Amino acid sequence: MVNTYEETEVAVEKRFVPKPLDINADIAWAKINKDILRSLERPRPIFWVIFIASFALFLVGVSCEVYQYQTGMGVANLNNPQVWGLYIATFIWWIGMGHSGTLLSALLHIMHADWRKPIYRYSEAMTTFTLLTAALFVMVHLGRIWQFYYVVAYPNERWTWPNFQSPLVWDATAIGTYLTSSLLFLYIGMIPDLAICRDNAIGIRKKLYTFMSLGWMGTDRQWANFRVTYLTLACFLMPLAVSVHSIVSTDFAASQQPGYHITSFPPYFVAGAIYSGLAVIITLFIVLRYTFRFEEYMTMPILEKLAKLTFAAGMVWTYLNLIEYATTWYGNDMYAKQALIYRATGPFAPEWWMMNFLGSVLPFALTFKRVRASIPVMLFMSIFINFGMWLERWMIISPTLAHGIYPWTWDDDQWPSFVQWGIVAGSFGWFNMLFMLYCKIFPSVSMYEVKEMLHERRFFKSTNVATARDSAINPDLAVEGGLAS
Amino acid sequence: MSKSHMLALFSDFDQASEAIRDLKSSNFEGFKLDDVTLKSPIEHPEIEELLGKRPVYVRIFTFFGALFVPLLGFLFVASSQATFLLQPKGGKPVIPLPPNFVLTYEFFILGGVYMTVLGFFISAKLPMKRNKLYNARVSEDQIGILIKAEDSIMPAIKDLFTRHNPLEIMGGDN
Repeated sequence: MVNTYEETEVAVEKRFVPKPLDINADIAWAKINKDILRSLERPRPIFWVIFIASFALFLVGVSCEVYQYQTGMGVANLNNPQVWGLYIATFIWWIGMGHSGTLLSALLHIMHADWRKPIYRYSEAMTTFTLLTAALFVMVHLGRIWQFYYVVAYPNERWTWPNFQSPLVWDATAIGTYLTSSLLFLYIGMIPDLAICRDNAIGIRKKLYTFMSLGWMGTDRQWANFRVTYLTLACFLMPLAVSVHSIVSTDFAASQQPGYHITSFPPYFVAGAIYSGLAVIITLFIVLRYTFRFEEYMTMPILEKLAKLTFAAGMVWTYLNLIEYATTWYGNDMYAKQALIYRATGPFAPEWWMMNFLGSVLPFALTFKRVRASIPVMLFMSIFINFGMWLERWMIISPTLAHGIYPWTWDDDQWPSFVQWGIVAGSFGWFNMLFMLYCKIFPSVSMYEVKEMLHERRFFKSTNVATARDSAINPDLAVEGGLAS
Repeated sequence: MSKSHMLALFSDFDQASEAIRDLKSSNFEGFKLDDVTLKSPIEHPEIEELLGKRPVYVRIFTFFGALFVPLLGFLFVASSQATFLLQPKGGKPVIPLPPNFVLTYEFFILGGVYMTVLGFFISAKLPMKRNKLYNARVSEDQIGILIKAEDSIMPAIKDLFTRHNPLEIMGGDN
C-alpha cells in the first residue's frame, strides 16, 4: 500500500522500468550527432587493419580469377558432374545473408520495434554489399565471363530471348529487383542523416553529402512524405525478401535431381537465409561497436535481442531441415533417399555432420544468458553459426551433383582447388572492403532514428508514469486504463 | 505588398508548438497557416493537429506503379515468348502462365518500389534548393519555425515569437 506522493513515484518507477533500456534515454541529441559523425573521421586503428587485410584477400581473389580466366575452368577443378562447386554454394550463401538486413529492418519497422533503430542502417548496407558480392559469383562460375550479357533480356539480331520458363531467369529478375529495391530503401532512409552530414562536413565530403541529401531541410511536409514512403517501401520489401530466396531455391527444387527436388526447399532456404543473415548482423554489430566506438548505441540489451532472434531463426531452420530428412527417409523416392545416405556417410560426411552440429546444436548455447552477455563468445558463436550455414549451402550443391540418378555419372573426387578457395576468400575481402568503406563514408547508425527512439521513450515513460500515478491516486482511472492489477 | 521569410529557433518541440498555437489564434491579416513550416531533427506528426494535414501524394504513385508496371512486365515477357512461335515447344504453351506470374510478381514489386520513390521525390519536392534561412541546428536538436508573410505583419510575428523565448530569430527584415 502506498500512501504518500513520493512513495507512489518510487513504486511506479519500479513497476515501469523493470528491465534495462536498449539505450540510455538521457543522451543529448547533439552528442548523438557528434558521436556518429566522429565515426566518419577517426575510427579505432583496427579499422585500417581490417581494411588492409580485406584488400589483401581481395587481391588473392582477383589473382585466382585472372589465372582461371587465362587458363580455363580446369584449374578450378570443376568438371561434370560437379559443375557448380564452391562458386554457386557461396553465391547462395551471400544472397541468403543479405536477407536479414532488409527483412530485419522492414519487419521490425512495420512492427514498431524501436530497438532496430541503432542497427538497421548497417544491416541494410550489408544487404546491398552481399548482393553485389553474390553477383560476382554468377560471372565467375561462367568461366567465359565475357558472355555474361547472354543472361540479360534484350532484343538482338538473332531474336533470341532468355528462357522465361527457367528458374534461373526468375532468379536474375528477383535478385535484380531485390538489389535495386534494397539500395533505394537504404538510400531513402539515409537522406535525413545525409543532411546532418552535409551540415557538418567540409571540402569534397560536403559536396558529396550536399548532392546526396537533395536539399533535405527536415520540414514537416518532407517528414510527412518520408514517413509514408518509408513504410510503403518496407511493405514491398518484406514479401520481396521472401520471394527472392524462395525463387533461388527453385533453381534446385524445380529440377529432377535427387536431393534437389524437395517441396520444402523455399521455406527452408528463406529460414536459412534469415538465420545466417542474423548471425552476420551479430558479427558486424560487435566489429562496428568496437571499431567506431558505438558502445552507447549498440548496447548489450540489443545484442541480447539479436541473439534471441537468431536462436528462434535457428530453430525454424532446424525444424525444416529435419522435415526434409524425414520426408526423404519415409518417402518412396529411392534416389533421394540414397542421396541423403550419401551425404551422411559418404566422403562429404564430416562436413555434413559439422553443418548439423553448428547449425542446430550450437545455437542452444544462446539460451544461456551468460553466453548472450559475453561479446567474445557471441562473436565466435556468430562466426561458427555462419560457417555452419555456409557448409549447408555447400552440402546442398556438391554431394547432390556428385551422386545423381545414374551411377556412371557419379564422381566424388573433385575437391575444390586452391583457385576456388582463393576466389571464395577474395569475396570476403571484397565484401569487407566495401562494407568498411561504406561505414567510413556514411553514418552506419541512424542519427535521426536514435533521436526518435529517445524521444518516444521519454514521452512514453512520462505518460506511463503520469497515468500510473493518477491511477494509484484514483482507482477508477486504473480500471479504465487497464492498470488495476 | 512584398513578402519575406523569418525563421525562429526553439529549444524544444513544446515551445515551438505553443508559438504556432499562438500564431494560429492571432489572426494576422493576410496570414495563412500554409505559410508556416516546421523544421525539426525528427518527425513530429502531432504538428498536423495545428497545421493541418500536409499533402502526401506518394500512395497515388505507388498504386499506379503497382498496377501498371506488372502489366507491362507481363506483356514484355509474353511478347518476347511470342517471337518463338515458329520454334517447337514440345506441346508446351507458347505463353505459359505459371512461370510468367512469378516474373509478373517481381515486376509488381519493382514497379511499386520505383514509383513510390518517384512519388516521394515529387511530393516532397526533392531535390530542392535550400532556403537561405536554413540553420544547421535544426538537424541537430532545435526546432525551427519558418514563416512567409507580408512585411507589414512581420514585426508583430516577431513580437509573438519573442514572447515564447526563442533561441534565435533570423530574417523578417526583407
